[in-house]
Amino acid sequence: MDHKSQSRLDTVLGVLLLVSMIGALYMAFLGAPREKTMGDLQRIFYFHVPAGMTGLTAFAVNFVASVMFLVKKDRWWDNLALSAAEIGVIFVSIVLVTGPIWAKPVWFVWWTWSPRLTSSLILWMLYVAYLLVRNYVPDPDRRATMSAVFGIVAFVDAPIVWFSVRWWRDIHPSPMLETGGLSPAMRPAFWTCWAAFQILFIYLIRRRFYLEAARNNVEWLVRRADTLR
Amino acid sequence: MIEVRGLAKYFGRFSALRDLHLSVGEGEFIALFGRNGAGKTTFLRILAGLSRPSSGEMRILAPHVLTPREARGSMGYLSHNTALYADLTALENLRFFARLMNLPSGDGDLAEKIARVGLLGREREPVRNYSRGMQQRLAIARAFLHDPVILLLDEPFTGLDQHGTDFLKAYLADAHARGRTCLMAIHDAPLGYELADRLVVIEKGVAALDVAKAALTLEQFMDRYKALAEER
Amino acid sequence: MLAKIWAIFRKDLLIELRTKDSLNAMLFFGIVVLVIFNFALESVRESIRSAVPGVLWVAFAFSGTLGLNRMFAAEKENSCLQGLLMLPVDRGVIYLGKMLAATVFMLITEVVIFVFSLVFFNLTVWNEIPYLVLVFFIGTLGFTAVGALLSAISVNTKMREVLLPLILFPVILPILVNAVEATSIILNTVDYRTLKLPLTIMSVFTIVFGTISYLLFEYVLED
Repeated sequence: MDHKSQSRLDTVLGVLLLVSMIGALYMAFLGAPREKTMGDLQRIFYFHVPAGMTGLTAFAVNFVASVMFLVKKDRWWDNLALSAAEIGVIFVSIVLVTGPIWAKPVWFVWWTWSPRLTSSLILWMLYVAYLLVRNYVPDPDRRATMSAVFGIVAFVDAPIVWFSVRWWRDIHPSPMLETGGLSPAMRPAFWTCWAAFQILFIYLIRRRFYLEAARNNVEWLVRRADTLR
Repeated sequence: MIEVRGLAKYFGRFSALRDLHLSVGEGEFIALFGRNGAGKTTFLRILAGLSRPSSGEMRILAPHVLTPREARGSMGYLSHNTALYADLTALENLRFFARLMNLPSGDGDLAEKIARVGLLGREREPVRNYSRGMQQRLAIARAFLHDPVILLLDEPFTGLDQHGTDFLKAYLADAHARGRTCLMAIHDAPLGYELADRLVVIEKGVAALDVAKAALTLEQFMDRYKALAEER
Repeated sequence: MLAKIWAIFRKDLLIELRTKDSLNAMLFFGIVVLVIFNFALESVRESIRSAVPGVLWVAFAFSGTLGLNRMFAAEKENSCLQGLLMLPVDRGVIYLGKMLAATVFMLITEVVIFVFSLVFFNLTVWNEIPYLVLVFFIGTLGFTAVGALLSAISVNTKMREVLLPLILFPVILPILVNAVEATSIILNTVDYRTLKLPLTIMSVFTIVFGTISYLLFEYVLED
């Protein structure tokens, strides 16, 4: 895809994003019915869960990109991996912030150590660790390799973490349970928000990818200039 | 024997090598010259397989096509680091490497290798107690334990006294006589000139000068070397 | 191939037995952690037996991290790693040899720390010992399976050894959670049937990460 089509796609995405976000906000706050026990507070759910799902999507992209980088050694995949990880951390941060906002009025505690929240926290730590690894390796080629390996480790670890935390919670149950169920009336709002988040994810990752690709281009140009000296 | 085309290595924006071409025939002894940071060490490390080039082609034992593992088996690399375990004895060090290279590791076989580098009698002491010269000798025994067809040496004479220097000169001359291919990075121009058949100067990430020893006298070579180094 | 793994394992063991650098540090640190917890948990002195599994595994994890750091730091002296990398062996073989050596060091440390904890916290265990051995063994194996890979990564970064705890602990959380629960089951509830699940999860973890580390090791090992 050439530069012009890329810009056009970005504009289309931007418009789509604006529309879907407005739609999501409308559906979440006005379109969806009021929940019985928690009232309007429950509406956080429409952002809390899709953010988590989008975060997982981001980390799946990071995993694929990490594997592909090790196979193909093309920095394109490394740029994608980095972008996906950063965006993923942002989305999981949203989960970690909306969780306590939801929990405090309902259960009078900021943090519930529920399976979902706990797993999200560990997931967050795993990918912050990924970004730390990237931060401390100065050479770009080595950085790409090391972080690709860690990206694979982190993604494989995630399901095992999920199982372990869930089992742990089963043994030490807590009265604070998050509502998982959605009545059919709530589903349109949920999926609208989910769609809006997915578009946001694609939009953000493209922009982050451009930034990284531009950085690589500068590096390449400096090398070319160096050769011609 | 070794074919290198368009080799480049970048560390971020810094270029250690830019466009290196070199063709090494079997049995040749090449002395690599160049200023500090010119890329000699980087080049040797890439040949040894310790570092991956950013671009370019490299073939060891061309025209054969080797896996990296097979290539490692036919090379020996000696740098100014000894790669010896300081808390183990000479015998234990060599036994370890012999086992991993599928070589005979009986005490008798190893004693012979130790004797060759003149350390017999001190093989049961921890390497930590050795002088620099002794450690270098053991490092030579370790690096070339499997009698590789290609010897890569990075400034091997650094820190050696006269005794050690004489020993290494004799060792390399012997390897050369037995048809081994050698690439040696060296600072001391007269010494490199003496040992090698071919002289290569790496400057600005390329092979700026590549001549047979027979073509130049030592003085002529040193003049051209100096001229290259001053060119800015 | 087994002979080569054994050679690397033996070499690490030989060096350690001669210098005892790692073991001393690991043992001492583990016991220090026990002492600190003694003061930290003063307010729950009566029910301290129920806190022991957690205390033990924290001590194991911290001292284990020390050991993992030493794993490659020692190879950096004299650039020994360079010598290893020039050998015609698969990098995975180096991984297995070093990982097994680290496991042995950790197990030795764990036994000593455990004995000290029996003394410090006034515990008696006899019938529980075979089960504890099993849990310690699998937990430690899982720890070093992924720890060896991450140690190789961190030693090559600007922060070196400091980075290892940061990237290791999130990853080995499943091991810690399951190991603490399993140890607690053995010491406190004694309902051995429920041991099956944590042991299974830990074994799966070990096999999965052992395999991944073996395959990915060549990418991280550089001088």
